[in-house]
This record gives sequence, C-alpha cells and structure tokens, in this order.
Amino acid sequence: MFEFLDKFMPGILESLLPRASSYAVQIDVLFDVITILVGFWFFLVLGYFFYLIFRYRQRDGHKAEYISGETHKQKQAIEIPHYLILVCDVAIIIPTFLVWFNIKIDVPPPDEEVRIVAQQWAWTFYHAGEDKVLGTEDDIVSVNELHIKNNTQYSYHLESKDVMHNFSVPVFRLKQDAIPGRVISGHFKPILEGEWDIQCAEMCGVAHGIMGARIFIKSEAEHNAWLAANTPATSDTGTLAIVNQNRSQEKKDRNNG
Amino acid sequence: MAHQIVATGRSRTGIPTGRLAVWWIIGSEIVIFGGLIATYLLNRFNHGPSWSAEAAHTNTFIGAANTFWLLTSSLFVVFAHAASERQDAKKTRMWIWLTIMLGGFFMGFKSYEYVTEILHGYTIFTSNFWSFYYLATGLHGFHVLCGMVIMAIIAENDIKNERNWHRVENIGLYWHFVDIVWIFLFPLMYIAK
Amino acid sequence: MAEVVHVEVGHGEHHDDHHELSFWSKYIFSTDHKIIGFQYMFTGMAMALIGGYFAYVFRMQLAFPGSSIPFWGTLSPAAYNSLVTNHGTIMIFWVAMPVLIAAMGNFLIPLMIGCDDMVFPKINRLSYQIFLLSAIVLLASFFVPGGAFGGAWTSYAPLSAKAQYNSTPFGAPLWLIAVTLEIVAFLLGGINFITTTMNARAKGMKIYDIPMIVWMIVIASILFMCSVGPLVAGAVMLLFDQTLGTAFFDANAGGDPVLWQHLFWFFGHPEVYVVLLPAMGIVAEVTCTFARKKLFSYKLILYSSIGLGILSFFVWAHHQFISGVDPRATYLFTTTTLLISIPVAIMLFAFVATLYGGSIRFTTAMLFALAFTGEFLLGGVTGIWLGSSGTDIYLHDTYFVLAHFHYTFVPIAIIATFAAIYYWFPKMFGRKMNESWGKIHFWGTIIGFNGIFIPLFILGAGGQHRRIYNFQNYPDLAGADMQDMRVFATMSLIVMLVSQIPFLINFIVSIKRGEKAGKNPWKANTLEWVAPSPPPHGNFGPVLPEVYRGPYEYSVDGREKDYWPQNEKPEPEAS
Repeated sequence: MFEFLDKFMPGILESLLPRASSYAVQIDVLFDVITILVGFWFFLVLGYFFYLIFRYRQRDGHKAEYISGETHKQKQAIEIPHYLILVCDVAIIIPTFLVWFNIKIDVPPPDEEVRIVAQQWAWTFYHAGEDKVLGTEDDIVSVNELHIKNNTQYSYHLESKDVMHNFSVPVFRLKQDAIPGRVISGHFKPILEGEWDIQCAEMCGVAHGIMGARIFIKSEAEHNAWLAANTPATSDTGTLAIVNQNRSQEKKDRNNG
Repeated sequence: MAHQIVATGRSRTGIPTGRLAVWWIIGSEIVIFGGLIATYLLNRFNHGPSWSAEAAHTNTFIGAANTFWLLTSSLFVVFAHAASERQDAKKTRMWIWLTIMLGGFFMGFKSYEYVTEILHGYTIFTSNFWSFYYLATGLHGFHVLCGMVIMAIIAENDIKNERNWHRVENIGLYWHFVDIVWIFLFPLMYIAK
Repeated sequence: MAEVVHVEVGHGEHHDDHHELSFWSKYIFSTDHKIIGFQYMFTGMAMALIGGYFAYVFRMQLAFPGSSIPFWGTLSPAAYNSLVTNHGTIMIFWVAMPVLIAAMGNFLIPLMIGCDDMVFPKINRLSYQIFLLSAIVLLASFFVPGGAFGGAWTSYAPLSAKAQYNSTPFGAPLWLIAVTLEIVAFLLGGINFITTTMNARAKGMKIYDIPMIVWMIVIASILFMCSVGPLVAGAVMLLFDQTLGTAFFDANAGGDPVLWQHLFWFFGHPEVYVVLLPAMGIVAEVTCTFARKKLFSYKLILYSSIGLGILSFFVWAHHQFISGVDPRATYLFTTTTLLISIPVAIMLFAFVATLYGGSIRFTTAMLFALAFTGEFLLGGVTGIWLGSSGTDIYLHDTYFVLAHFHYTFVPIAIIATFAAIYYWFPKMFGRKMNESWGKIHFWGTIIGFNGIFIPLFILGAGGQHRRIYNFQNYPDLAGADMQDMRVFATMSLIVMLVSQIPFLINFIVSIKRGEKAGKNPWKANTLEWVAPSPPPHGNFGPVLPEVYRGPYEYSVDGREKDYWPQNEKPEPEAS
C-alpha cells in the first residue's frame, strides 16, 4: 500500500537522505501525507490571515463592526473548520497506526541477529557470525562498525551499560532508546548497499557529540568475505576491537584539536 | 503593612481568602504526594515479591500507634476550631497544644522507629523499598513538623492576643490533610506485606 | 457587601502615609504587586540575555566548528553541553515562566480585576525572593568544580543521577535545586493569582467579564499546580540519588530509569501550555484593542483553553515513543496528541476571526501580536509530524523537533512578551515607547527568527540530531550544503540578537524621555487603563472601580466612541 502511494508523493525525506531499509518507505510516505494535509491547511489559514490583515487595515471613514462571535451562525465560522481538522486528524491517525504496527509491533522472523551494546561513548556490535547464533565462539565483535548483509531480515537486541543512549540510523529511519537494565529488540532489513552514519540520539554525557558509528551494508559476497576475514578463528577478536578502538580514539583526538 | 489591603478582605466566591488559599495549597500537596504514592505503587507492582519481603520488616505496631495519635489529634483540632468559633481563647489554645502534643508523640514514635530500623541495618541505602519508605515517611514527617510549628505560632501569637481566629480553621484543614496522607501511607508501608 | 464597600472607600485616606519610603523598601523589599511584577520582568529579561548569549556561543560553534568564538574562546564538548542544557532551562524556567506568568500576572491581575493588590502581598514577595535565589543558584553552578550540568534540560536519569556519568558532581545537584526552588516560587505565586482572581474581583465583575489574559494566567497556574507535583517528588528522589547515593533511578539496583521520564514529561508537556496560555491571553488583549473588535467568541476560547488544559495531562508519553515504553501505548498517545490540535486551532481561528471586520492599527504591539498568531501557527502544525508516532520514529530528537518547539516557544516567550511590553509599557512607566525603533526591532526579530529555524527544519528532516557539538564528525552530515544552512541559521541568530539592541535602548530611554501616555493611550476597555499611568500604590486612588460590562465592547453599534470602558456607568435607559 505504501509503495503504491509512494508513486504519488513528493518524496521529501528521500530527497534529503536515501532510504536504506524496507520500512523507510512507509515513514517517508506518512511524512508526505502529513505534509500535504497540514501544508494545505497552514497555507490556507495563513493566506486568509494576511488577507484579513490587508482588507481590514485602518482606513479613514471606516469603522470596525461589532461581531460577538456568540451566535450560532458566527460560531460556525470556527466550528466547520474544526470539524474539517478533525477529519484530517483521523486521516493522519489511520496511516500512523498502520506504520507503527508494521514497524514496531508486527516483527518478522529474523534471518540474522545482532547484539548492540551502548556505553559512554562507544557502540559495540556483536555479529552472530556464520552460525547465526549470538553468544557463540564465532561471534564477531567490533567497535563503532556495524557490518550487515543487504536484503536480509535482521533482528537487533539493544542494551546499555551505563546511561540512556539511542541507536539511530537515519537512512533506515530507525531510532530506539537503549535503556540500562533492559534488552530492547527491534528489526530492520537493509535494501541499499553503502556506508552510512549511526548516531547516538540521546544525550549521554560529555562526549555524546562524537558517539557515532558507521554502518556497512554489503552484498552477500562481500559480507561473506568480511565474515571470513574477521571470524575469531582467523583473526583475534581482541585485536580487531583494539584496532577499532584506536581508530575511534584517533577520531576523538582529531576533533578535540 | 501600615494599611489594610482591600483585596484581602474581598470575597467574591463567599469563601474567606485564607481558607481558599489553604485549599489550593492542599491541592498542590495532593499532587506531590499523589506522584510519590503512584511511583511507589508502580514499583510495588513491578517488583512485587522482593518489596513485600522488605515491607515485612516495618514495625506495624508503631505504625498503628502513630495512626491512632494522628487520628486523635485530628479530633482535637476540630475541638480547637469549635472553641475558636466561640472566640474562647483559653480553650482554643488548650486544644491546639493538645494537638501539638499528639503530633509530638507521633514524631517521637517515628524517631524511635527510625533508630531501631537503622540499628537493624535497614537504612535508606538498603533497597529501593527502604529508600521509598524513608522518603515518603520523611516528607510526611516534615509536614507534621511544619504543622506543629505553625500551630504553636498561631496559639501563642494570634489566639493569645485574641485575633485572627480564622487561622485555627485553616491550620485545621491542613492538619486533616496531613492525617489523610498518613492514612494512605500506613497501609502501603506497614500493612501490605 | 456593605462592609466591603466601606473598607474600599476608606482605603484612600491611608494612602498619603506612603510617600516617605526608602529605595530599599520601595523597590527591593516592596510588597506592591507592580514592583514585584517589575522585579520578575527585569530578572527574566536579564536571564533572557544570558540565555541568548549561550545560544550565540553554541550556534557559532556549530557554524564554525572548533574556531575561537568572539566573546567566549574555543568551546569544549563539556561546555557545549552545559550551554545547551542551561539555554533550555533558562529560557523555559527563568524567562518564559517569570515574564509571562509572574511578571504579567503580578502587574496585570490586580489592575485588571480592579483591586489594590494581591490578596497575599507578603507571600508574593516571598515568591519573588525564592525565585531570585533559584536564579542565583543556577548561575552559580557555572562556577563550581566540574562546571554546570550538561545532561540536557530534560535531565534524564541515570545520566543526571550519578557524577561518574555526567562529570558534574556539583553542577547537577545545583541545577536540580535551582529548578525545584523555582517550582516552589511559582506554586506560591500561582496560589496568589488563583485566590486573587477568585475572591478579589471588582464589584460587578462576573466570570465572563474577566479579561482573557487573567483567565489564561489563572488556568495556567492551576495547570502548573496540578502537573508539577510528581516532578517535585521526582526531583527529591533524583536529589537523593545524586547526593546520598540511593537508587531510585538506577536499574542495576532495582530502580527504574524510565520513571524519571514519566515524572518529568507528566509535568513537561502541560508546562508548554502553562506558558502558552498567558501568551494567548496577551495576544487576545492586544488584538482586540488594535483591531477595535470584540474578541470573537469569548466563551469558545475560554472553554477551549480549559479543554486544552485537561487534554494536556494525557499526552506526555508522546515524548517517549521510542523510549522503550509499551509500543501499544503509543496508539493512545498519538490520538490524544493529534486531538489536542483542535482546542489550539479553535483559539487561533478565533484570533484570526477577530480581525474580520476590524479596523487594524499597526502599532508595534499589534505587529508582535499578529506575528505571534502567524508564527505559532507554524509551530503548532509542525507538532503533527512529531505527534504522529510513525514519523516520530525518524524525527525524534532531530533538529526538526528543535525547530518545532522553537516555533512554539519563541512566539510564546519572545514575540508575545514583546507585544505585552509594547502594549503595557505606557501603563508601567507612564510613557510610550518609540514606534519607529519598535518597528525596526520587530522586523529584525521576525526576520532573524525565521532565518534561524526554517533551515533547521530541513536539517532535521535530513537526519541531523540535537545536542551534537560538531557535525563534522559525521560524514553524512558534514556536507557543504548542510554546513551552509548551519552558517545561515547562525547569521540569522546574530541578526535577531542585534535587533534587541534597539529594543533595550528604546526601553531605557522611553522610561525617562518617552512621549507622555496619559491614562488610556490605546483607548482600551479593561480596568488597568482606568488607573493613572503609572498607577500609584493602591492603584486606583480612593475609589476602586466597578464593572458594568465585558472587557471587549469595541465599536458597539450606536455609540459615538469606538470603545466602552468596563467601568463606565451605563446611561440611564429612557423609560
């Protein structure tokens, strides 16, 4: 349904940022629907407002009218638009519920899983590895780099070690708070290969501003090559983590200077 | 103030301004204690068994005795109000001081309770139940203490000089409110185990 | 009633005893509602300058990351966080609240309802003193070891609860103490506003004769009182967590960090309407006076504002759609959030409809009031993208949110306040402000304001998040076109800040040298224009006014004058 509607929409968000997840289109379409409905009302009211300001400016020999706005007929000037707003509200609420249900409640069975641990101020990603099971020996741990396979349904499990963080991938239109003491699960399915930003979207302390990471979406072949190169059997997890840590440390140093 | 403010003497609603203000103060206090109690209940539902186990260590006897002191003091403050209506300064002061005395009993029992609990190792840091216990009863105790001080001031400053009789009723309203808060806290902290 | 009248007439005789007051008792420890109103207003304006300066510093950092900022130096991430946090805190708690509710409420309520002072003048003075103390505590937090609190104005636990997380061992508790003191000050002030309006109205003033701004301040005070309680309880818990080391919000010890968000937003959302309503009231007064029109559908506006107040208690979780609350709860909160657009829309439509058939005078005050209606409209409608939980997944905590709430808060706290200052300045100081300088100030402010926040909508929709001190760290956000928009926003901010210089000069010069205003320079109806300008101690002289009609009887058919003051005795009917 949303893919169909998308053909008629201006695609405002997509013009600013590509869509890289299966459900991005739904949020984009909802954004456009709201933009059209709200924009129509906004410009209509604003236009009428400016017209009134111009039309009823003070002029010589012109006296203001006495209108109380208390009679039934006069009140209709407000009541009718307000029913129309109610209709628009419902027209927004229905697709909102659909989008929310599709993204947050109707969770598809995952092909792959990834565990995400946030802490001040780094992201640790636990890739399930070749056996596709988290918590086994072939898990690949990386800091501030998330490697995923295109066109694969992922399930993520988000944790926080200390304070609130927020796992945000703008190209996925995905955002979820990480709350200490809880594991929050969600899903995404990448549809576009490339490399994009992950941001922390919840104030988490002094270095919140540089708590970023990168997401690498690769084709199956490339992803498998990365898996093969980084599985602990061939390369030591610790080293990889340290390599990454150093890289992010350099980044911090550079930005502080 | 050298002159009387006209505004203070007006009463468009028919309720004296002082009493009206006390009602609004009580309104704002209800929301504060309401927030606290709602938070407590939420925690209680989420961590049922562990909190019940902790609650078993509160001293129900002292809680019940304190409930008795406060309820009786509410009765006394009603007598004080009745006496102030008759502008009987001597009786009013007597009942106010009896109310303060019962408030003192309450605070004394409360102090004994705190001391024994702390000696048994149940401090504010022991667990979240105890944090809530000390926070809620402490905040309530602070209100009791404030009420006692204000009542003493009214008895010695106003009633002794036979003026501002309406203040007895106002402090009475406040005192009833403090009692009602305790009526909520007592079952939540002492009885529900 | 006879007794009251007797007292009211007798009051003027005492009046002459009050000439010889020292500076201290007249201006610093006064219990006069007007002086307390001024104290709130000047404190609020001083805090607004500080908050504006903070905005200048961190916007300069965003536009020219890492470079040395004039009047500051290089900005560290920790200092950036402190400035952002305290900019928000100051602008809401120490600018919008004191100026819109406390200053306007104190100055206007007794004048507009026709009595000589607040019902509890000493509590009123105490309220200001606590408020001043809170402001000092907040500013002092910048000078303690570790610096001021930097965990965002929402102060989410557990970041705010432990010094090991927020690195501000003294700043965080001081911030919390300051906010709590400020809340206490406004609870005291609010009780005063409510009881004064309920009990001390002039003879003949029925409930539908009360000017809209008085209604709005009273409803806002009740709303504040009903919503702030849980936050007070939460603030005490958080303070215990910070200073004693309890674990109310510590998940590792059985606490719940999301609890703070609930307590905060249960207050935080009604708080928006607490400051919105007085701004709506100001705009109602100014619009009616300068359009020479009766307020369109007084009762509808009044009922809408009450409905708005009630609805505002059921929307708070729309700040937490993605905070791990039960996903099913969002259905409820999306619905209530979108429904709340209706009372707000009714009020704005009523203001627009008030212009219909009017005769609009474009004074500076009216320009600001019209600007409020137009700008707030954009602020209001952009809330719909965020209230819809589907789009909020993407837009939450982006610059879209930031631009949205600045489009509501700037019209409320800045534009409506300026409308009020230009409108009531003659009553406050007996002289008018200069209109030409006022118009320069107006256009500079409006152009600057829109120039700041329209680019931020686009940046936010492009995925730029809040509270990040340098976007060059994010390759997707470091593009030249995005950076150009940030520079443009910063330049617009400088335009807006520089535009306040003519205002300040105009304000100070007009107090002494402005054109003399007389009692009723705008030919308005409400009771404050019956009193001399500036009103003396006791406001109306020996006899307090009586009220015979509603506040907005402008351009009544068959009358020569186009206004009809509330206190003017009706002519005896020919019978």
